[in-house]
Amino acid sequence: MRSPFRPGVVPDAAILDDHRSLVRSLERRGLIRGGLSLGALVMLTGCDVKRPEAVESALLAISRLNDGVQALLFDPDKLAPTYPASMILRPPKFNAYYDVTKVKPVDGASWRLELSGRIADKRPWTVSQLNALPQTSMVIKHICVEGWSYIGGWTGPQLRTFLEHVGADLRARYVAFKTADQYPSSIDMATALHPQTLLATQYGGDTLAAPFGYPARLRTATKLGYKNPKWITAIEVTNTYPGGFWEEKGFSWFAGI
Amino acid sequence: MHWVNAATMLVMITSGWGIYDDDVIIRGFHFSSFWRLGDWAAWSLNWHFAGMWVLVINGLAYLIYGLATGRLRERLLPIRMSDLIRTVVDTLHLKIAHEDITVYNAVQKLLYIGVILAAIAQVVTGLAIWKPVQFSGLVSLLGGFQTARVLHFVGMAAIVGFVIVHVALALLVPKTLWAMLSGGPCLAVRGEGSEGQLQQGHPT
Repeated sequence: MRSPFRPGVVPDAAILDDHRSLVRSLERRGLIRGGLSLGALVMLTGCDVKRPEAVESALLAISRLNDGVQALLFDPDKLAPTYPASMILRPPKFNAYYDVTKVKPVDGASWRLELSGRIADKRPWTVSQLNALPQTSMVIKHICVEGWSYIGGWTGPQLRTFLEHVGADLRARYVAFKTADQYPSSIDMATALHPQTLLATQYGGDTLAAPFGYPARLRTATKLGYKNPKWITAIEVTNTYPGGFWEEKGFSWFAGI
Repeated sequence: MHWVNAATMLVMITSGWGIYDDDVIIRGFHFSSFWRLGDWAAWSLNWHFAGMWVLVINGLAYLIYGLATGRLRERLLPIRMSDLIRTVVDTLHLKIAHEDITVYNAVQKLLYIGVILAAIAQVVTGLAIWKPVQFSGLVSLLGGFQTARVLHFVGMAAIVGFVIVHVALALLVPKTLWAMLSGGPCLAVRGEGSEGQLQQGHPT
């Protein structure tokens, strides 16, 4: 097939002879100009100027669009790969927006899980009530947005079981979390109902240690690490976009893997 | 298409360096802020995931156009060993001026095919590390999440290596730059001092 961009009639090559010197000088000028603009382009990538607002809002708009694409790519029946218990990393890797020495342990006896939003039974929950629900264990890979990963073993009730138990509106759009370390987070309902989304209370068969979210934290196998809030104190089921700690700073909200 | 790709590649590579710096693969090897697009990882990621659409759409358009018109096959094939050796020998004798810039030499063909394959590989490994659960089969095919991540890094290095050679040679043979900026020659220039025989640019 002939290129549609190629002209049907080409001019006589002889015309080039008349302009040879001109073409020559243009080449040289083009080289200098090309070199300069290439240099300028390289400078542009490293410019110290803060992101202009227009660029920032455009990037955020695309990120929201990508959240939609990610939701489409999410298969509620697709299970994350699981691993043998012998591969569990002990202790798990600590990561938060502060150092591990700054962790403020939560007292399990006085801890209550507050419920709000589109939930029928909003009475607060205790640790022993959570432990009385059917328990699920999974050995899955934790993948951080930074790029590192490790294999961890988690146990606790499925978030789906919990939501069904309290009569949550399972057709609502979001499940939002508040935590003891001021790390608000939220996930889509499809992920909340995924079988590998747990309200984890144990790691590697032992009660969660203080730095990793005792008494209860979210552990979902289908999202990046930062979508797994620790020390959960309140759960809300809502149709209003709740955002989250890192999401406010520019990270993707869906963050599915 | 070339310049859209050039700009997008620059965005993908420099924003990729910003993402890389959050958790380096080679211990002690960082990219300074000058080389990173996005003032920290969140914005490097946003640039990367915006640029990917332009890269994929432009790349698909290029491949579909190139395959449908036969342009890719016409320009990049065949590669003969004898041509390859002659080009290498010529280059070592510093004879690198192209008499007809519409015809690629064997080394050019090999490098252009290589970089197209590297770009496709980047999309595949990129998809694997973006959605390692949804595409878990692909990830295990690539040897696991961390291996896929290293492959994505190696692919970047290959493309950067190509870009350095490609830009250096284009600057050495300025005729090609003008052709690219003006939309390309549709007709071969008469060989200087030759017997005036016209060289056919395209065997169309």
